Amino acid sequence: MLRAAGPWRGCPGRAGVAGGDGGGNNEVQWCFLQVKGAIDEDVAEADIISTVEFNYTGDLLATGDKGGRVVIFQREQETKSRPVSRGEYNVYSTFQSHEPEFDYLKSLEIEEKINKIRWLPQQNAAHFLLSTNDKTIKLWKISERDKRAEGYNLKDEDGRLREPFRVTELRVPTLKPMDLMVEASPRRTFANAHTYHINSISVNSDYATYLSADDLRINLWHLEVTNRSFNIVDIKPANMEELTEVITAAEFHPHQCNVFVYSSSKGTIRLCDMRSSALSLCDQHSKFFEEPEDPSSRSFFSEIISSISDVKFSHSGRYMMTRDYLSVKVWDLNMENRPVETYQVHEYLRSKLCSLYENDCIFDKFECCWNGSDSTIMTGSYNNFFRTFERNTHRDTTLEASRESSKPRAILKPRKVCTTGKRKKDEITVDSLDFNKKILHTAWHPTDNIIAVAATNNLYLFQEKVN
Amino acid sequence: MHSFMRDLTFLSKLKVELSLLLYGLLLSSMGEEEGLHQTQFLDTMFVRGLKRKCFDGEEDIEGTLAGIKAIPSYNLQRQSLLDMSLVKLQLCHMLVEPNLCRSVLIANTVRQIQEEMTQDGTWQMINTQSTGQASLDRLVSTDILCRSSRDQAEGKHVPAYGTFNKDFESDQAQDSSETMSTASSVQAPRNLQSNVWEMENPQENKGNFQKSLDQIFETLENKSPNSVEDLFSEVDNSYYDLDTMLTGMMSNTKMGHCDNLETFSTPTNTASNSNCKSDLNDLDHIVEILVES
Repeated sequence: MLRAAGPWRGCPGRAGVAGGDGGGNNEVQWCFLQVKGAIDEDVAEADIISTVEFNYTGDLLATGDKGGRVVIFQREQETKSRPVSRGEYNVYSTFQSHEPEFDYLKSLEIEEKINKIRWLPQQNAAHFLLSTNDKTIKLWKISERDKRAEGYNLKDEDGRLREPFRVTELRVPTLKPMDLMVEASPRRTFANAHTYHINSISVNSDYATYLSADDLRINLWHLEVTNRSFNIVDIKPANMEELTEVITAAEFHPHQCNVFVYSSSKGTIRLCDMRSSALSLCDQHSKFFEEPEDPSSRSFFSEIISSISDVKFSHSGRYMMTRDYLSVKVWDLNMENRPVETYQVHEYLRSKLCSLYENDCIFDKFECCWNGSDSTIMTGSYNNFFRTFERNTHRDTTLEASRESSKPRAILKPRKVCTTGKRKKDEITVDSLDFNKKILHTAWHPTDNIIAVAATNNLYLFQEKVN
Repeated sequence: MHSFMRDLTFLSKLKVELSLLLYGLLLSSMGEEEGLHQTQFLDTMFVRGLKRKCFDGEEDIEGTLAGIKAIPSYNLQRQSLLDMSLVKLQLCHMLVEPNLCRSVLIANTVRQIQEEMTQDGTWQMINTQSTGQASLDRLVSTDILCRSSRDQAEGKHVPAYGTFNKDFESDQAQDSSETMSTASSVQAPRNLQSNVWEMENPQENKGNFQKSLDQIFETLENKSPNSVEDLFSEVDNSYYDLDTMLTGMMSNTKMGHCDNLETFSTPTNTASNSNCKSDLNDLDHIVEILVES
């Protein structure tokens, strides 16, 4: 299934068919590609990965962690001499994006944890990305330097100024090659616009603006302007006592630069058109998506598990996907009253909701992602399991990101959770799942079948098995 | 500043540990048989979808449950869930920067339970049991939530910020004119908790628990404590009160969580809710200190 390719998606010429052969229904088999991160059992909190994002071409993969650092991996170019390292990702750049801050007025610490990273499409030799913590968004420029100028007139090789009387002749500085150096520099800092914690940022298809969303408000920024933002959504009630719903995620439509969606803690999605009301969108929305509740499954936890933790448009822009605690739903933008597809991620947890409420796992925010052709979706679960759902064939697979299955090109074996009394060999019971090992962040290469899965402090990369 | 921040974090952690411990003990004390975990019951209950539609009195429900031995009544289950939620909200206050989404969801759950209890008549029952408490038939509003949110929303924005955002100024005006909520609306949850305590423990423990909660809520009402130390110094006393309770409880009850919960062990290094996720080593250490003192 080919998706409409825009000028910014992948390289022209790569039609981007992901999955098996063109028309075949061959199931994608995944093999281990790489794992990044320390092996120790003792995980330093700062090393926990908090966001993963491929850039528009898939050549760069960025991760953010709780310590405020960003690590960018670059895909090795295939060369005839080293076919083995085809498609491997190696560290390209590492930098400290955010530092911990202390808000003196409120006596509160502001965490440096990177909540989201979003790439900008590449427009020149340098790469740009937006990274955000709870309060501040930064635009970073990552550029390469592989030449340096030599033979300056006014300063010598060390950089010290030369004595004027020593300059007896003029010369033109020449460029000499040097070891590749990748530099990251902060170009813009967008601060002081959010009272609450930022949960999402999304770059607009006009490449000039982006939105940032916190629990109660969404702001629109221009990439060039840091001292001003436009508030486009505000759901803060006049009386905070009446607060019952918060914004959980927001995203711009991939093609229509005036359209964005935001999801809420009550399981609703609102699609807004910025053309309809320039000054105050507030409660106004063009479309309101909500699935009616099933009265037979109502419990005290119904609302909590309906809270949407992530919303993602398909590449085509025709659908959007939402993730709530137990399921992933695909919505057709033209149908507001119910999703067109619902996939159960870990239904076996429904009977454990009270325990999960007690240990706070019920509040875990899982992300979800589409593959390049929108034919398959992926999301994470517990015990370092992650799930893929093929929309056409309704085939779903459970895989595990673990060190045990981390041999080069080893094929990942599908896992199964035992929900009945009798446990078969290789199955795992619900009670022996490790709820500390959660896969919240996953990313799919924009065109190829390469997936990045963040398991606490390790980043796993899996690739489609190639015959 | 650095050591101060360390102390801050330590004290926050201390409070989290103690609240969790307290809650764990609370649950354990309600268990009627050895080895059966409270939340396991709750899970079973909720799976069976036993949300009552009509209220013929408790006997009916307990009758239908008669076949399920050793599972506490629906009311007890619901009570336990309510208590758990209130403890969680309390933790929110103690956290440095509460997660608003989580707080809202928990507060909504509390509201749901209390609405049901009101329809039930259970609320009224509790009301008549306790004496001299202020208006209880009023549902607990999101005052609890509101306090942490209000603290967040105090219009103390950095003046250098010149946003096009018009309503920032109106926000500041609004926030400062919001009235301070009174302590009366939080009487309700305290009574519910005291009800639970009455079943198992002597009056004085109930008094201690209430007193400590009082202190915690009152402390948090101070809009801007002169220093964070003031905030903590008041709360510290409450923990000395809890201490006697805990020492008394320790001898007869199982500590904390049962087998089933081991699986869902408290996450130590997860990406949720920042500083206050308990470090279990700290917990053991702190409990040791408490028990010895």
